Amino acid sequence: MDITLTINGRDHAIAVEPRRTLADAIREDCGQTGTHIGCEHGICGACTIIVDGEPIRSCLMFAVQANGKKIRTVEGLANGDKLHPMQQAFMDHHGLQCGFCTPGFLMLAIGVLEREPNISDDGLLDVLSSNLCRCTGYQNIIKAVRAAAKDMRKE
Amino acid sequence: MKPAPFVRHVPKTLDEALKILADVAPQDGRVLAGGQSLVPIMAFRLAKPAHLVDINEVVGLDKVISDGTTLTIGARVRHAAFHKSVVDNPLGQLLSAVVRHIAHYPIRMRGTFCGSLAHADPASEWCLVVATLDATLVAKSTRGERLIAAKDFFAGIMSTALAEDELLAEARLPLLASDVRFGFNEFNRRAGDFAMAASLVTYRLNAGKIAEARVGLGGAESFPRRIVEAEAALNGKTPGDTVFRAAAEAAAKAIDPLEDHQTNAEYRRDLVRAVVRRALEQSA
Amino acid sequence: MSAHGTRGSGTTWVGRAIRRLEDPALITGKGRFTADLPAIHWVRFVRSTVAAGKLTKVHAPKGAMVITAADLKGVKKITPMLHKFNYRPVGQPALADGMVRFTGEPVAAVVAASEEEAEDIADQVELSIDETTPVTDARRALEAGAPQVHAEAPGNVILEGKVKTPDFDTVWNGAHKIVKVEARSRRQNATPMEPRGAHASYDVSTGRVTLTCTTQMPHLTRTAICDVLAFPESDLRVIAPDVGGGFGQKMSLASEYVVLVWLARKLKSSVAWTEDRRENLIAGFHSRDQHITLEGAFDRQSKLVALKADIVSNVGAYSCFPTTCGVEPLMAMAEMPGPYDVQQYACLARGVITNTCTMAPYRGVSRPVITFTLERLMDKAARAFAIDPIDIRRRNLIDKFPYKSAMGLEYDDATYKETLEMAVEAVDVPAFRARQKEARAKGRYLGIGFATFSERTGYGSPAFAARGMEITPGWETVIVSVDPSGFVEARIGSSPHGQGLRTTLAQIIADAIGTTPEMIKVVHGDTDRAPYGWGTFASRSLVISGGATLIAARKVRAKLIKIASHMLEAAPDDIVLADGSAKVAGTDRAIPIAKLAREAYTQTHRFKGEIEPGLTETGHYDPPGTFSNACHDAIVDVDAETGHVKVERFVVAEDAGLIINPMIADGQVHGGIAQGIGNALLEEIIYDDNGGILTATLADYLPPTAHEIPPIELHHIETPSPNSITKAKGLGEGGCIGAPAAVVNAINDALSPFGVEIEEIPATPQRIRAALRSAEKHSAHSRASGNPGP
Ligand SMILES: Cc1cc2nc3c(=O)[nH]c(=O)nc-3n(C[C@H](O)[C@H](O)[C@H](O)COP(=O)(O)OP(=O)(O)OC[C@H]3O[C@@H](n4cnc5c(N)ncnc54)[C@H](O)[C@@H]3O)c2cc1C
Ligand code: FES
Ligand code: FES
Repeated sequence: MDITLTINGRDHAIAVEPRRTLADAIREDCGQTGTHIGCEHGICGACTIIVDGEPIRSCLMFAVQANGKKIRTVEGLANGDKLHPMQQAFMDHHGLQCGFCTPGFLMLAIGVLEREPNISDDGLLDVLSSNLCRCTGYQNIIKAVRAAAKDMRKE
Repeated sequence: MKPAPFVRHVPKTLDEALKILADVAPQDGRVLAGGQSLVPIMAFRLAKPAHLVDINEVVGLDKVISDGTTLTIGARVRHAAFHKSVVDNPLGQLLSAVVRHIAHYPIRMRGTFCGSLAHADPASEWCLVVATLDATLVAKSTRGERLIAAKDFFAGIMSTALAEDELLAEARLPLLASDVRFGFNEFNRRAGDFAMAASLVTYRLNAGKIAEARVGLGGAESFPRRIVEAEAALNGKTPGDTVFRAAAEAAAKAIDPLEDHQTNAEYRRDLVRAVVRRALEQSA
Repeated sequence: MSAHGTRGSGTTWVGRAIRRLEDPALITGKGRFTADLPAIHWVRFVRSTVAAGKLTKVHAPKGAMVITAADLKGVKKITPMLHKFNYRPVGQPALADGMVRFTGEPVAAVVAASEEEAEDIADQVELSIDETTPVTDARRALEAGAPQVHAEAPGNVILEGKVKTPDFDTVWNGAHKIVKVEARSRRQNATPMEPRGAHASYDVSTGRVTLTCTTQMPHLTRTAICDVLAFPESDLRVIAPDVGGGFGQKMSLASEYVVLVWLARKLKSSVAWTEDRRENLIAGFHSRDQHITLEGAFDRQSKLVALKADIVSNVGAYSCFPTTCGVEPLMAMAEMPGPYDVQQYACLARGVITNTCTMAPYRGVSRPVITFTLERLMDKAARAFAIDPIDIRRRNLIDKFPYKSAMGLEYDDATYKETLEMAVEAVDVPAFRARQKEARAKGRYLGIGFATFSERTGYGSPAFAARGMEITPGWETVIVSVDPSGFVEARIGSSPHGQGLRTTLAQIIADAIGTTPEMIKVVHGDTDRAPYGWGTFASRSLVISGGATLIAARKVRAKLIKIASHMLEAAPDDIVLADGSAKVAGTDRAIPIAKLAREAYTQTHRFKGEIEPGLTETGHYDPPGTFSNACHDAIVDVDAETGHVKVERFVVAEDAGLIINPMIADGQVHGGIAQGIGNALLEEIIYDDNGGILTATLADYLPPTAHEIPPIELHHIETPSPNSITKAKGLGEGGCIGAPAAVVNAINDALSPFGVEIEEIPATPQRIRAALRSAEKHSAHSRASGNPGP
């Protein structure tokens, strides 16, 4: 099937089988490998991206279902050299080690905070339990997201 | 873990969807709603449907409507719709209290209420809700419409009364009386995982005594249901610890427990005892 | 709270919590992981669906490319070797050859144009296997008449270590009290978030293959693959790109990588394999499946005088390369006495082969299990002597250094008692006991548990040689060079994958040669670019690679000073390197380092042969090993009705010597503790009676989420190590080592009113409930018969 995926404002005209997951299409067909795949069954969250403003698991959606929708991935967060406050906070607070889970956590946290900027600290902890990280023990991810949440509210 | 090939159909209207479903159902055609259960199963190749009828673009199925007595939830309504109360009635609060126990935020953005019912995981919170509240489920096909009572809907683990060519078009939940009390409790080992036991209870107070008690139990048996033994232990009694414990004990006794690698029968009964009592405590 | 105090505000680079140099790429999606590479051919492995049997035929669909053992003629088996402990070498074929020995064993490789297509074909491949009865439990495998997994290992014992100190029997027989623990650690999977994977591409003009793979040891991967495929190492380049966590799982050679390289050479093209999560859980190496019976003999003063251990380690179906399956049982044997002063020790350690996925090292290796066992023993002994668990530790912890253990290991300066006191003070034990009492009255069961441990880090070659390993790792090499424009490159043999080594090594170099970390690039993970080295595992990189880095950097420094002294016409002793320049002390004469570097290459005639051209120096380091230490304490809330355990609070007092970057060090400890809590409560690979795996999804195998991990408080002591030239000790594994013991001790403290003991990890809610249920039955029974209950 011929479809167009609009990723971070750029159109990618691609031909995919209906069974191609959105995660695979973004990575393989559009070459945007910042989105990672860690389980392909919805649990790890490494593939989390934002589609039409909603943070979702891109391994549980077919690429054909995203035809014409606005897709945001980690590659689109920074504005030129200026990092998104969430990226900056992850660096400042050492919210990443191997970096494999990081794009998923960034998109999850940004996706939720854009929808619910005033979410409580407990609510944020619930949200962050959506994704798995094996390196950081979550301590610094939580710190980073709370700090960035403050910055995002200011902006 | 890549799904096997399939043909995708994207109907825009309900009639079109039903027509396609009637055509492809005999060739292992299935409905694709939120995909949050179906896609993982396809990734493991535990299901290899030849056709998927993607209902995500069907108009009219995305509505939650209250007519003053019934709340109607269309087939495209996602879990996340219930993050905030959808109706000015205790039912709205009940649904938003329960929804946060379902999976995780990004999964709730896609997964649907009706998809959960059709999928019929024994531990599904929505299945528990419709069973406890005796909702009515509306199945549609080119052959017509069927209203199925929740108690007749679930047939076993991941098995329902829906025929292959039937679409679960909507779920109808009775609005609750304004003085209904409810409590919900579930047990899982890790945040967001399916419950190993869950209970939803509702009742009213009639001169300080429990009336119209409903004790629903999920995740403990092949499908959720009301436990009449526990309800009997409540009706007519003053709410309190002893009564709640007796009801929880009755529920633990009444079940035919599911067993798996992390839960034997005795342990499942332990969990049932705990979740029923805690749901009752929360309601008080 | 992190008790940094002055940590992070040093004036030199070492000791400062600077941001990581690794982050800018990773944070923007520009990291490069193995699965990101495009390939012409994709591989899907067909894996055994049964645990044991004779493979009689592989039926491939017509026209498909399906490789089996029959195609791999001449490919040697992967056969790691130990020359001690009665080790029985067993070989692992790259694809099952005649026999299958565990569920998930690769049997055939399907090659197709896409992953989807390869999987479609793999679905149609049929295996004819004459099933035989498998054995999955190590103790059962030891029984007479148990199925034999390998003919080479009769009785399924693949190695046997035995020790007994000369006076053991006398001391044991004269002891006042014997306390016994029967500990069981269930099987785990390290579960890095990035599953394994490999990409092999063939260069038609040179005939070389480049293998990009998720490995922690690129050089050894090259050596091993060239050994089994019998071609020169110069024809294989191995690259470890960004690696999404390893924790040991990616340090053992994957037989799949051998197949990939073989295919690239055969097809003269590029082939890739990305492991999926199911494959990772069933076949991506397991660990920690051990039974330990530990007995401690105490004198009247509750001083531990002798220890006796029986260690049975389930090593799975094959022996992992390069460490061999000795890594778990032998480490358990060597380090069982832990941080306690006990000079009499007897141990029998056996590695038992079974029809399960092969065991490989996983963060902490045996130490989470032995620490859990030993710390249970201490708590039980405290109970037997009716003294406080903290007091029994105070009485027994080593406090004189260097200390020689019963196994002959030399412990360098450490702070076992000091960290214990620090951790005790941090939680305010009396206040906790009061809260515990109050809570109990309301039917809530809180508990506190301590774990003190020593963590041997920075193992040099003597430590590995003691195990008789044919491949004896230990040393590291680092080449530091300053290029003619003044930028510094350090090429290292270690292969970090999340540990921030690029940053910490840059900090070490920056101090040594007076420049800034941004000027320094650390190059690793490429056999074409980095010197031969062992990789990153066993909390070794900062100590050993850091040491080699410092040695090389000091040589560069000496040379820079020499050049500067020439150019500035000053005595070498008067030259100071700082802020990117060489200065003559007490004057304003200075030359930028970049200029010195340029001269080193372009003005060599000026040095009249006194200084060799260029600015590249090599450092090698092979330390004796050093011991980090820590005390962990956990406060838990056990729900007696459901068996659920909530870890409320986790406190760590640790000493890992001099800390190069506190931010990175803390991150390592956090991550280790989270894995330790997972090990203690959640994570378990379960086999059914037929050797099938019941936990092949992340909904069944349960790494913790943010919800299950409490806030972690860290307190630090920095005792510089005399056995490490950077004065740093390793700390990558410590978090993981102490946490299971602390958590399970806390659970047992919480459950003390019921008189039950949990000696098994993970302490799942079902296990806790089963213990409580039996206590409830028992007390109901004793009430009925008029006996006083607990
Ligand atoms: C990590 C994870 C955790 C989860 N945890 C929970 C949890 O705690 N509780 C819980 O309840 N769920 C949980 N889920 C499942 C989730 O809620 C799903 O969204 C839900 O079960 C199915 O809804 P869906 O719309 O995604 O259906 P789909 O996945 O699209 O379909 C599921 C099945 O139902 C059929 N179907 C769907 N809609 C219809 C219809 N209208 N008519 C007829 N047939 C239909 C499909 O053909 C398919 O067989 C979890 C999922 C994941 C990935
Ligand atoms: S890859 Fe999508 S959730 Fe793990
Ligand atoms: S940083 Fe490695 S998995 Fe999160």
